[in-house]
Amino acid sequence: MIEVKAVSKRFTLHNQGGATIDVMQNAALCVAPGECVALTGPSGAGKSTLMRMIYGNYLAASGAIRVDGLDVVTATAREILSLRRTTLGYVSQFLRVVPRVPTLDVVAEPLLAIGRDRDAAHEKAGKLLTQLNIPETLWALSPTTFSGGEQQRINIARGFAHEYPALLLDEPTASLDPVNRAVVLSLISDAKARGAAIIGIFHDADARAEVCDREIDLSSFATGKAA
Amino acid sequence: MTQDEVTPLLSVRNVQKSYGAIVGCTKVGFDLYPGEVMGIVGESGSGKTTLLNCLSGHLTPDQGQVIFDTRADGPRDTVAMSEPERRMLARTDWAFVHQHARDGLRMNVSAGGNVGERLMAVGARHYGDIRDKATDWLERVEIDTARIDDRPSTFSGGMQQRLQIARNLVTGPRLVFMDEPTGGLDVSVQARLLDLLRGLVRDMGLSAVIVTHDLAVVRLLADRLMVMKDGNVVETGLTDQVLDDPQAAYTQLLVSSVLQV
Repeated sequence: MIEVKAVSKRFTLHNQGGATIDVMQNAALCVAPGECVALTGPSGAGKSTLMRMIYGNYLAASGAIRVDGLDVVTATAREILSLRRTTLGYVSQFLRVVPRVPTLDVVAEPLLAIGRDRDAAHEKAGKLLTQLNIPETLWALSPTTFSGGEQQRINIARGFAHEYPALLLDEPTASLDPVNRAVVLSLISDAKARGAAIIGIFHDADARAEVCDREIDLSSFATGKAA
Repeated sequence: MTQDEVTPLLSVRNVQKSYGAIVGCTKVGFDLYPGEVMGIVGESGSGKTTLLNCLSGHLTPDQGQVIFDTRADGPRDTVAMSEPERRMLARTDWAFVHQHARDGLRMNVSAGGNVGERLMAVGARHYGDIRDKATDWLERVEIDTARIDDRPSTFSGGMQQRLQIARNLVTGPRLVFMDEPTGGLDVSVQARLLDLLRGLVRDMGLSAVIVTHDLAVVRLLADRLMVMKDGNVVETGLTDQVLDDPQAAYTQLLVSSVLQV
């Protein structure tokens, strides 16, 4: 489902003396449907960078990244947008939303984007929010004023609203209490059970052991010059 | 997939416009597909408004083609069209939201009249229907329908901007050009307008070209981004990719210059 081949990444900082930083070389990995793979390595090893390249958020300098057959490295903006709508979900560590939009709409949005009707989308969003212990009194409020842990859970609910065949999870259990951590891990297990290919970054070793089938240490792809 | 067979709604090829020796914009080309929103950013004088005016028929480019997929005859170059044909397209298929609402509204005609006028321009004649549609659109842009007979000159800036949007969208255009749609508005009003625009784009399947210098606005509204400097396109790509991993020196400068709130 997700296949990374010979991928390298370099940042060129034009306004800082044209410094170039090689952060990754020859990265390769493969994730099958129903499998969850953890990216590991010390801070700066390129875990988030690789994840962002798979999502098309960072440009790879070379190599190929195939998600459901589409090479993200060479795909057009339009192809990547369509891939993100239907196939590839991403739960980042940050919640980015239009201010003043109610939480329920924020979570339902990925479903509306693929043409699901409003009631069905809201029902699914409400179900996820309940599961993640976001009290119903908050659903009509914008999540911009919520606590860090609540925002994290809104982000997760949004990422799981549509059943993406491929999922990228950046620290999904960070800043969660044990109860909600367990809910998130069960959501991940459910997604695996329905055949989703998942790549995750987990600093929490127990969580990693619980849901991940394999680990890939990115330090072997690092160039040693990363900041 | 069949998506490659979809005709772009707008194909821009090598568009160039100079003012005497001064280059407005040069060698601009891109395809915009149905349902897509493209942002154009750059500092003042970068040529973004000149480009928008060339695309929307307000200015005639010196060179290049602006091909629009018309309902009746398929793709046609709007630069080579006759003026009446282009005006008809502007009334039926395009909308233009100006930065200053007063440029896009008739300030001495009632709010309902402003919306109704666009309908009459495309042939609506039944007063009751026009009034109903105007009322419906005022509700959609969250203007109190009790104000339907008031002139926009009595409205606040944010209300005027929302009225301008209602006036533009009432005829069901397929392509919306926006020049700094949230410029000069309070941030609280901006947020509401952004949400309104996003909902309209999604529900009506609109395509839009949005010119702005506000990177936060394009991040939330635009799927794709084009960065201009001195009349040239310096970078294009997915909005989040251009903002998070900018390649060109100028884009890096632009992104790193934004103040963090």
